[in-house]
Amino acid sequence: MRKIWDFHGGIHPPENKQQSLGEPIHAAGIAPQLVIPVAQHIGAPAVPLVAVGDSVLKGQCIASADVPLSVPVHASSSGVISAIENRPIPHPSGLDDLCIVIDTDGRDKWCELPATRDFMQLDKSELVSIIREAGVAGMGGAGFPTSIKLDTREPHEIDTLILNGTECEPYITADHVLMREYASTLAQGIAILARLLQPAEIILGVEDNKLDVVPGLGRELAQYDFSAITGRETRADVVTFPTKYPSGGEKQLIEILTGKQVPSGGLPASLGIVCHNLGTAVAINDAVALGRPLVSRITTVTGEAVAQPRNYDVLIGTPVQHLLQLSGYNSEHNKRLVMGGPMMGFTLLDINMPVIKTTNCILAASEAELPTPPPAQACIRCGLCAEVCPASLLPQQLYWFAQGKELEKLEQHNLADCIECGACSYVCPSNIPLVQYYRASKAEIRQRDTDMQQADYAKQRFDARQARLERLEQAKIAARKARQAKAAANKKLRAGEDPKAAAVAAALARVEAKKTARATARATTPEPAAATAAHSDAAPASDDPVQRALARRASQQREDAEDPNAKLQRAFDAAQSRLAKAQQRLAEAEQNNSEHIDALRSAVEKCSSKLEQAQAALATAKVSTNVKINDQSNNPAKQD
Amino acid sequence: MPLLQITSPHAHATQSTASVMLLVALATLPGIAALTIGFGWGSVCNIVLAIVFGLALEAIAVSLRRHPPGFYLRDNSALVTAILLGVALPPYAPWWLLLTGMFFAIIIAKHLYGGLGYNPFNPAMVGYVVLLISFPVEMTRWAAPLALLPAHSAPGLLDSFAIALGMAQLPAIDGFTLATPLDLVRQNNALMIDDLRQGYAQFGHWGGTGWEWANIGFLAGGLFLLYRKIYTWHAPLGMLVSLGLLAAIFYDGGSSNSNGSPLLHWFSGATMLGAWFIVTDPVSSPVSNKGRLLAGAMAGALIFIIRKWGNYPDAVAFAVLLMNFAAPLLDHYTQPKTYGHT
Repeated sequence: MRKIWDFHGGIHPPENKQQSLGEPIHAAGIAPQLVIPVAQHIGAPAVPLVAVGDSVLKGQCIASADVPLSVPVHASSSGVISAIENRPIPHPSGLDDLCIVIDTDGRDKWCELPATRDFMQLDKSELVSIIREAGVAGMGGAGFPTSIKLDTREPHEIDTLILNGTECEPYITADHVLMREYASTLAQGIAILARLLQPAEIILGVEDNKLDVVPGLGRELAQYDFSAITGRETRADVVTFPTKYPSGGEKQLIEILTGKQVPSGGLPASLGIVCHNLGTAVAINDAVALGRPLVSRITTVTGEAVAQPRNYDVLIGTPVQHLLQLSGYNSEHNKRLVMGGPMMGFTLLDINMPVIKTTNCILAASEAELPTPPPAQACIRCGLCAEVCPASLLPQQLYWFAQGKELEKLEQHNLADCIECGACSYVCPSNIPLVQYYRASKAEIRQRDTDMQQADYAKQRFDARQARLERLEQAKIAARKARQAKAAANKKLRAGEDPKAAAVAAALARVEAKKTARATARATTPEPAAATAAHSDAAPASDDPVQRALARRASQQREDAEDPNAKLQRAFDAAQSRLAKAQQRLAEAEQNNSEHIDALRSAVEKCSSKLEQAQAALATAKVSTNVKINDQSNNPAKQD
Repeated sequence: MPLLQITSPHAHATQSTASVMLLVALATLPGIAALTIGFGWGSVCNIVLAIVFGLALEAIAVSLRRHPPGFYLRDNSALVTAILLGVALPPYAPWWLLLTGMFFAIIIAKHLYGGLGYNPFNPAMVGYVVLLISFPVEMTRWAAPLALLPAHSAPGLLDSFAIALGMAQLPAIDGFTLATPLDLVRQNNALMIDDLRQGYAQFGHWGGTGWEWANIGFLAGGLFLLYRKIYTWHAPLGMLVSLGLLAAIFYDGGSSNSNGSPLLHWFSGATMLGAWFIVTDPVSSPVSNKGRLLAGAMAGALIFIIRKWGNYPDAVAFAVLLMNFAAPLLDHYTQPKTYGHT
């Protein structure tokens, strides 16, 4: 017997597995419509290759994986694509995502599959690419792309291949029936894994509540000469260990079977260990030996709200409703519909959700089975949670810090190592939804880290910009100095040879001095524009005409901003002054008997008519402004 | 039926805080029975009055905090506090003593800090210590074991209530209240322990008369709670081992300087009550097992130190409160190693 270890904590919830073990695996048949999400795995979603209206055959690739961390998706049955749209997908978030909808034709016609192959004749990269193209992702729950886990870089990097036949969650029996009925396929899948990973030992870990499958598995594994397959001394064992939740957690299973702990934040591969789900091994065999992509899986349908709890061989994309009806669903009794087990599964609100690659169980529970939780009471720090925590955390302290949003304390108490198994919440006598707090706090920590990173980037960008501006400024100063030096040199040169040039230089120097003096005066006197009165013809402080014009313009603009009538007022004033000037010149002309007298007379008339126009415009504008001001006085926020 | 949407886990164990508290309350019964057999109805009378005051004060405090009193009273925590204080006080304690003690326990030590789960100190022990310091006469007048009294001289149940409520006097019998064995060993400086034991009938077979059975009762209740996994062995065993170890070291061959054998320390006074019902209070103790072991051991050491060199014959309450102070510090230094960390 192989030595086994124990892990800290764990619980023994009622198993409730017998209900669904009575019958063999049923074929679930073909639902009229299959809804296939393009993201059933961890990583980038697959990209649809088909369009609405296309006919597809079973096994045809309908969405491709364009980046390494992704897997393709295949049609689970033949039919016509009726929609490619966002639909609710089975995910704890409850969000919608892109799905390809197939209206099935019932013929279930396969596309052309590659000829059957002997895996011993294929080399490693061929095997990895076959598995990737078949859309195989971890079928235990997380859905990590399998080919990535298999694509080890160095030979003998992996010493231990663990097959996870634990199935520690209550109610679920999908892996149990798989070991019972598909033992030979499973063994061949394991052989393919062995060929790929070349481990020194292969362990199929099984909880001791499934002892009935052990002899069969042992027989099937004995069919293979693993040493020949791996090219090194390799032994394969079925190892049983006491039933305890969550011994099926990857980290816990590794500790049970090897006594080693996966370093925090690290991967099992760093210990030379890799862990695979049983369904995944079967899918790998189907892909390699039969050329079939992953289009179906085994799913347990159980709970008191179904009359016949049993396991189904289900096409990916089959609506949950279809399965429930096959099992005699009583919606009156169904209080909670859980995808997955009662410890880590998530509730579904919509019975039309599809079964996906990671769906191992549909639990249609009655109120008696999973009672609505009573309101939480105060934490009395009884420590039952710490006793059962498989990660040896202090859940009661984490709860305390989560309530106070003490993110640093949470990190210091290793919140990141929480696997969200739910053992702490299960035993909590005060019914505190501890895991919910941890999930929220993990999200807060992630958010804080993102924010901090963004702030760092912003600071880096700002610093880089400052440095660049500083550099440009320095370059400018240097260039100016160079120019001045050159000019001075030239001046000296010319002053030496030409008395005229010396006079010009002296004149230039005087102009320069004047300019500087003016600039200083401008800097010390108050802003000329500010000193200007409301009238446009008021004299600005500066004697520079350009400066004066600028100041006038500025003051006009300011006035315009302040008072919409200022412009009109200005026009009126200008017209008035022009009229006065014209009249004056007319009077002069009359005195001198000038020949322009007629022209001037008409000019005066023109000016006076313009003045009248300006006056009229101003008067109407003033009336409307008053009305406006009265309107606006009720709403000070809008006064600009 | 509309489907419920909540996050995992969906399954839950049947144990509730109310049932935990009720189990703790029930586990005190053997000890209470032994106290009643050994010392008369006084303790029962204490407990009944403490429960009445405790529940009333809890209801008032919860109502003042605008919470539903029914929901909070059902958690049974006030019940446990009341029982522990009732057991700890000398039998036939006057009603006002119990009311004052419960006021400090429930209102000051618990609700002013935020109610159940938020109290840094054990409420029953806060109540006890306030009384011990404020009313030393009433608090040190422990009734003599029935075995040492003339037959039928002890008050019955109704008489006991009458005494507690101030409607009757304690029986005017010489020696109705007596020094406890722990008083005797502390005050002794002339006699060998064996001589002392022979000279005073208060000493029983291995602890004190009456006391030893009360302690065995509480030990039995504690082992039951341990078996039911209400708490771990760490705190109680830590306390008993360190107390026993120090008692053995300073036993001094039973000289006049001795403070008594480990057995005397274990089975006298509030030792077993303290070990199995007080230091195990989860709210005010450290959270990790290592922390609880340390806190228990240090409480045991403090009990011995105060019993031998301090001013009080028994010291469970002081020791526990001092360790409550130390709990956050112990928490800081006893964080368990998380999976995957070295």
